[in-house]
Amino acid sequence: MNRFLATDALRKWVPLLVLVGLCLFFTALNPNFLSLRNFARIAISSSPALMVAIGVTFVILMGSIDLSMEGTVAVCAVVFALILNALGGTIAGRGWVALPAALLVGAALGAINGIVHVKLRIPSFMASLSLGFVGIGLSLLITGGDRILIDDPPFRSLLTVRVEGFPLMAYAALACLLVAWFIQDHTTVGRNFYAVGGGEDLARASGLNVGRLRIIGFVLAGVFYALGAIFAVARLGIAETETGRNFMFMSITSVVVGGTALRGGEGGVWNTLVGVLIVNVIGNGMVVIGLADYFQDGVLGLLVIAAVYLSTDRRSLSFVK
Amino acid sequence: MFELVNVEKRYMGVHVLKGVDFRIDDGEIVGLVGENGAGKSTLMKVIYGAVQHDAGTLLVDGAPVSFRSPRDAMKRGVGMVYQEQSLIPNLTVMENIFLGFEKPFVRFGAINWKKMAEAARRQLAKVRLDIDPGTITARLTFAQRQLVELAKVLALEERVEGKLVILLDEPTSVLSRDEIELLFSVVRALRHRASFIFVSHRLDEIVALSDRIYVLKDGVVVDVMEAKGADISAIQKKMVGRDINGEYYREDRQAPYDPDRVLLELDHVEIAGQGNDISLTLHAGEVLALVGVEGSGREPILRTIFGMLRPDRGTLRIRGEPVHAFSPAHSVAHGVGYVPRERKVEGIASGMNVFENMTLPQMRNYSHAGVLDIRAERDLAREWIGKLSIKVPSEYADCGNLSGGNQQKVVLAKWRSSGSEIILLDHPTRGLDIGAKEDVYAMIRDMSAHGVGIILVADTLEEAIGLSHTIAVIKDGEIKKWFSCQPKAKPSLYDLIQYMV
Repeated sequence: MNRFLATDALRKWVPLLVLVGLCLFFTALNPNFLSLRNFARIAISSSPALMVAIGVTFVILMGSIDLSMEGTVAVCAVVFALILNALGGTIAGRGWVALPAALLVGAALGAINGIVHVKLRIPSFMASLSLGFVGIGLSLLITGGDRILIDDPPFRSLLTVRVEGFPLMAYAALACLLVAWFIQDHTTVGRNFYAVGGGEDLARASGLNVGRLRIIGFVLAGVFYALGAIFAVARLGIAETETGRNFMFMSITSVVVGGTALRGGEGGVWNTLVGVLIVNVIGNGMVVIGLADYFQDGVLGLLVIAAVYLSTDRRSLSFVK
Repeated sequence: MFELVNVEKRYMGVHVLKGVDFRIDDGEIVGLVGENGAGKSTLMKVIYGAVQHDAGTLLVDGAPVSFRSPRDAMKRGVGMVYQEQSLIPNLTVMENIFLGFEKPFVRFGAINWKKMAEAARRQLAKVRLDIDPGTITARLTFAQRQLVELAKVLALEERVEGKLVILLDEPTSVLSRDEIELLFSVVRALRHRASFIFVSHRLDEIVALSDRIYVLKDGVVVDVMEAKGADISAIQKKMVGRDINGEYYREDRQAPYDPDRVLLELDHVEIAGQGNDISLTLHAGEVLALVGVEGSGREPILRTIFGMLRPDRGTLRIRGEPVHAFSPAHSVAHGVGYVPRERKVEGIASGMNVFENMTLPQMRNYSHAGVLDIRAERDLAREWIGKLSIKVPSEYADCGNLSGGNQQKVVLAKWRSSGSEIILLDHPTRGLDIGAKEDVYAMIRDMSAHGVGIILVADTLEEAIGLSHTIAVIKDGEIKKWFSCQPKAKPSLYDLIQYMV
């Protein structure tokens, strides 16, 4: 790494600098990028992604990994939509039950994930990847492959009602971020995530119940995936298996680009916010400057590599595996 | 001949080496001693090319050289035998020996394994190690690995002109007595091939092996002496800059323990898989030392008391209550604290700050319904930073960056502040310099005075004798002999050793 980035104090801010740099770059190519309307668009695409990425942040802080988000999001989305439609079709009425129900389903799927990982001693990578597929299958089974339409103005107000130019969804996501930050910095569970990620042996030797903590981490992740599912449904007005699509790459990438270490113990939800914004600004910016569709995925991949290169501290990684 | 003239090094404003002159003649063994933080490891790194000095000159046979990497240094015959062993465990011995230098054995892109094995055997013969070069390194003992490591460095001989300079960094720390003797005899026999720089905390070994001794203190060579007839306490005095007297272990502060308050009792306990039978009693204010050779079964006893191992038979009572649930979480909740030997692995969470480390086992006391009271945590940390004079910029300092002594203070504060009454110390002074050791000894006396019971597995026998009220000599998992250790009536080393081996 070059000398200019050598100090740790500065490195902490690299993801934010990358974000600002990207904004300047896209603005230079097309001044329309820097407009309230466009920022609102970025906020809308970021909100569901932020929830999912926050969920996986907790797991990554513990030094584990969770790849089940696509399945969990899909199941939560369809369960949410089915319950909402079955109970009158509006959250203003009895349909509100769908909200806690979706969160409960997310928590339950997370708990299964955590229990399989901890009790059967299956690496989290494999356990969550497999359970993610199970989730996708489950959501197909529930819907039979159909789309479920949601036409509930109070619920869609998350997208349609705007305050200061931004949709309600953005504020709700911000509120959830604050809750996540509180859990991370001000609760014993959050502190213990860092302890386990920093050194599992140490955590155990300090008398922590590491297995239980891991399960709690996965449950928490599941709840945030469910929040992501709710925002994703609010955004499109549709719940289907496809709702979960792309969240895996988006969320893991966002966490890493934001500067949270994959080995655990370092980083946090604010890093994830910056990471989610970086990934979504790249996606949005390419549309704004008019890059052809078929280019975008490839360029996104390359830009992500560049962002990871700039924002992670490879001096502290003795091996890159 | 290898020489350093007036070498300077600064790290981010800290002046680590202040004009060091260092010379080593062909075939000479030079000892290098100094406290932690005296600049020893930086000096070593400059010599083998891992860091570059800011000012001064390196001379090989009078000609100036510059090493930009360890590989540069190896090309001039300077090699390092690492303390944290640098062999790759899943490769064979010969692959490790020639790692990065496979070229002579490669023809048309393929390695001639027979030829490499032949060459490896020649290297192993130099260190008198009779093993198959095709052995997977992980299967070797630590001592064998150390010798392979030495053989690897000696392989440089055929690639460079002139004599070798070999650095040995704490090579004896993981070896047994016999293995140390073997290593020393190999090193002595290799003098006609190479000169050695020998770094160790164990001054008796330095004196026994070296020809001359360099004493480093605060980045300056404070003395160079002939090893023959050198006095260990004189070297210690030079290292610390003051007298180390008989009050080292604070025997004057050893107060009798309270025989009526039993904190911990092991009643015919059979440690998992050992088939032994251990009974012992720990009283309030008592320091009970478990003494024995490496592998005699001291650590499993500590780990059983801490709940990391479940005993096969027998009863363990904490304050009279029999323990049924064996887990560290249970032990911590009942006031047992454990200061492990591997401080970096089980003692300190690097990346977490001082107060986070201190409250780790006792977060329940610093939270309401899972929400942390960070102000109270910081107050606690500040209180203990003051009490133990822990040298940190603030309670927000990352514990991973502290010196070993300060890390150990944080670990001790963590258990003391959580109200642990039974503290298990596994090599609490390992890797600490003399000043930090004294601080730890003082803390042990403080804890005794407050009625804490301590079970100690000490770094040296002297330490065990000096600190304890009671000594249990352990051999093959069984307690062979008990000693009472009252001040002025302590058993001698000889008394203990005859029961240990």
